[in-house]
Amino acid sequence: MAKTNEELKQIATQVRRDILRMVCMAKSGHPGGSMGSTDILTTLYFNVMNQNPATWRRDGKGQDMFILSAGHMTPVYYSVLSRAGYIPVSELATFRQMGTRLQGHPSIRKGLPGIFQASGSLGQGLSAAAGLALGKKLDKDDNYVYCLCGDGESEEGQIWEAGMFAVFHKLDNLIAMTDWNGKQIDGPVDQVAGEGDLSAKWEAWGWNVIVADGHDYDSIQKAFELAKAGKGSGKPTMILFKTEMGHGVSFMAGTHKWHGSVPKPEQLEQALNELGETPLGDF
Amino acid sequence: MKKYTDTGKKDTRSGFGVGLLKAGQADSRVLAMTADLKGSLKMDAFAAEFPERFIQCGIAEANMVGAAAGLAITGKIPFIGSFAEFVTGRVYDQIRQEVAYGNTNVKIASSHAGITLGEDGATHQTMEDLALMRALPGMVVLNPCDFNQTMQATIAAAQYEGPVYLRFGRPSVPNFTDENEPFVIGKAIVLNEGTDVTLIATGHTVWESLQAAEALEAEGIKAEVIDIATIKPLDEKAIIASAKKTGCVVVAEEHNMAGGLGEAVAGVLARELPTPVVFVNGEDKFGQSGTPSALMAAYGLDAPHIAEAAKKAIAKK
Repeated sequence: MAKTNEELKQIATQVRRDILRMVCMAKSGHPGGSMGSTDILTTLYFNVMNQNPATWRRDGKGQDMFILSAGHMTPVYYSVLSRAGYIPVSELATFRQMGTRLQGHPSIRKGLPGIFQASGSLGQGLSAAAGLALGKKLDKDDNYVYCLCGDGESEEGQIWEAGMFAVFHKLDNLIAMTDWNGKQIDGPVDQVAGEGDLSAKWEAWGWNVIVADGHDYDSIQKAFELAKAGKGSGKPTMILFKTEMGHGVSFMAGTHKWHGSVPKPEQLEQALNELGETPLGDF
Repeated sequence: MKKYTDTGKKDTRSGFGVGLLKAGQADSRVLAMTADLKGSLKMDAFAAEFPERFIQCGIAEANMVGAAAGLAITGKIPFIGSFAEFVTGRVYDQIRQEVAYGNTNVKIASSHAGITLGEDGATHQTMEDLALMRALPGMVVLNPCDFNQTMQATIAAAQYEGPVYLRFGRPSVPNFTDENEPFVIGKAIVLNEGTDVTLIATGHTVWESLQAAEALEAEGIKAEVIDIATIKPLDEKAIIASAKKTGCVVVAEEHNMAGGLGEAVAGVLARELPTPVVFVNGEDKFGQSGTPSALMAAYGLDAPHIAEAAKKAIAKK
């Protein structure tokens, strides 16, 4: 049953609370990008993907698959996986602790359901996703492969190698997303690397390109519908989601400063007050 | 000593090509991927028989590694092939994350390894690849010695579940092992028994060591020759047993000192049975252009150098 926008917003608010509480308990982690891509991943897992935690398997047979190429955004990933039923919500308290399944960056070595591949060293996930998409084509498995990249991450040359490969092999079952927040750890993207117009670049690469508002559920869902309709076109799809790093909390929004740093206790309290509690409850 | 007959010189990469085709015929999950080196990697026969299972990646090795990992996750058995330097040093971090840490069933087919790549020179001659691959937790590292053994090692790699680094070369070298001998991962092969010195070799230096053993025999020295076709996991028992018997060891490899088989063997002996060891390897140098045989001689990796090392080892007893 598809969630209403109101229900999605409620889940996303809880996910943002989870993110902040996780990184504060761990005293480390990456809240900024996680909060910026919360609405995208919430919509993806609850309303878009053909996925089922009860029958999840790493080879992804018969289901959609997801790769978090920007592997540092584990807080949002783990929270969404827990809220979608892959892992107990209480396990979020173990994030980054010794022995945890919730490693700082995604790992397949701790038996964590929902994780298809390790990521963290940037620029590699889109290649893995392209491999998954090609595997599904060879197996005549009709499902999709999704992959979330960062705009800062797209400075890696391998992203563009994967972009070429996916077009050459006609991977129209591959739906990539870029968390286009214009920020990276050292500052605004245009002041760090001069990445230019990602939309024009992906079009030049031969992809179907969709630009959407990554905080508007109607815009997000429409983008995914268009992307899925791209199957049969012979082209992969890139959805460029315009987002705001740190979205949802006034003092964290729109700055790179919270990419990889953690609020102090009084800041956490303020942030949680701004977000407000939800009936879903904290972990 | 036991006689080995060269049935006709062949390149080990062609052994890979035949093994790949056989593995592909036996198992439809086997894929061949390359970064614009289909011919050099001898993948033509596979590509002709299984065009949908041959995946051209273009000159983009980093993406090839990641795509192979993705394909492996969906249940395929991809062999990714390029020159040794370009499927190790160039993509070390990709192999580390996507293949080793990700524990994906990817087979790294590493051709033109070592100095015998020859005329292209040092940019293409890696003498460091074994060090890089050995360093990765869980990586199986294979370095077969001739055409037949490379063919069998390729089949064994396809059957093994997990990451494998399979190293072979470009030059035509004597083909002397049994073409029907199944390759057993992790097992050292004692090619000749002896009591005075143990010659441990891998890849192209195995034949050179047999030649050295023959020369030594003419001087009354009985050399044991061990083919280490699996560098990791290392057959420690075989090494210790031989060292116990002979009391001294030579390790010959077409690789530099740092991180190579020599250090691996020395590590085992230092821990279990301190024994004099003499090393025959590329030391700490880059290669250069030349013919394979001229380079093997110039870098001290051929039979005369191995025989000389054996005498040094015996003198250390």
